[in-house]
Amino acid sequence: MNDERLGFHFDVDGTNFTSAGQASVEVKKNLRQIGISPEIIRKVSIAMYEGEINMVIHAGGGTADVYVSENCVEIVLRDEGPGIANVDLAMQEGFSTAPDNIRSLGFGAGMGLPNMKRYTDEMKIETQLGKGTCITMRVFF
Amino acid sequence: MKINVIKELLEGRVLCGEDHLDRDVYSACGSDMMSDVLAYVKDQAVLLTGLVNSQVIRTAEMMDMVCIVFVRSKQPTKEMIELADECGMVMLTTDLRMYEACGRLFTNGLTGYGESHE
Repeated sequence: MNDERLGFHFDVDGTNFTSAGQASVEVKKNLRQIGISPEIIRKVSIAMYEGEINMVIHAGGGTADVYVSENCVEIVLRDEGPGIANVDLAMQEGFSTAPDNIRSLGFGAGMGLPNMKRYTDEMKIETQLGKGTCITMRVFF
Repeated sequence: MKINVIKELLEGRVLCGEDHLDRDVYSACGSDMMSDVLAYVKDQAVLLTGLVNSQVIRTAEMMDMVCIVFVRSKQPTKEMIELADECGMVMLTTDLRMYEACGRLFTNGLTGYGESHE
């Protein structure tokens, strides 16, 4: 851990789909205030938003930490959900285990994880069935 | 195209953002699937959708969009209108269906250019 990094911490409420995305909105505001470029902000906030939605749909919520260092913005999403059974499959566009009611809300098309990868420069998924998932993403300046 | 022209072409009603109707926008997209909007949309300022929930506004906000048009007479809740208003967005609703609404805007010069097709 680099102590000089600027960090933001959020708890993601897993019980309320309506409020999902609030942390991403806050991050967007915070990054704008400290003068990060709009293109970087856009990538970070979209990737984090997809992650937040995933945590609400699949894992009953979790935590989100965003760190700003000299060369990148790092997003760490942690949950204690069921874990991802097959990461390769989950990374395929169109593969989804989301229930039908989520699709009627405009999500669950199997684009979440692929989108997170698309908008970030690095993405690492650590997952354990029955224990949870930790996703670390980096967007470089 | 001014948002005001969009309102005229779609015979729309303004739900919030009346003060921003003179803003210029250069492209638009139409979708009910927010995951697709997040995946494929780039630099579009207007979202036409038949989906009504707060994630529509959050998605538009993430994509830096400035105007949301609800098709098929969809009516967002008071909370959604307040959320969009806080974000400085214009929100319209039209009785037109998605195909007709997109067609009218496209044939009048508001294209969907800017989508990423890598």
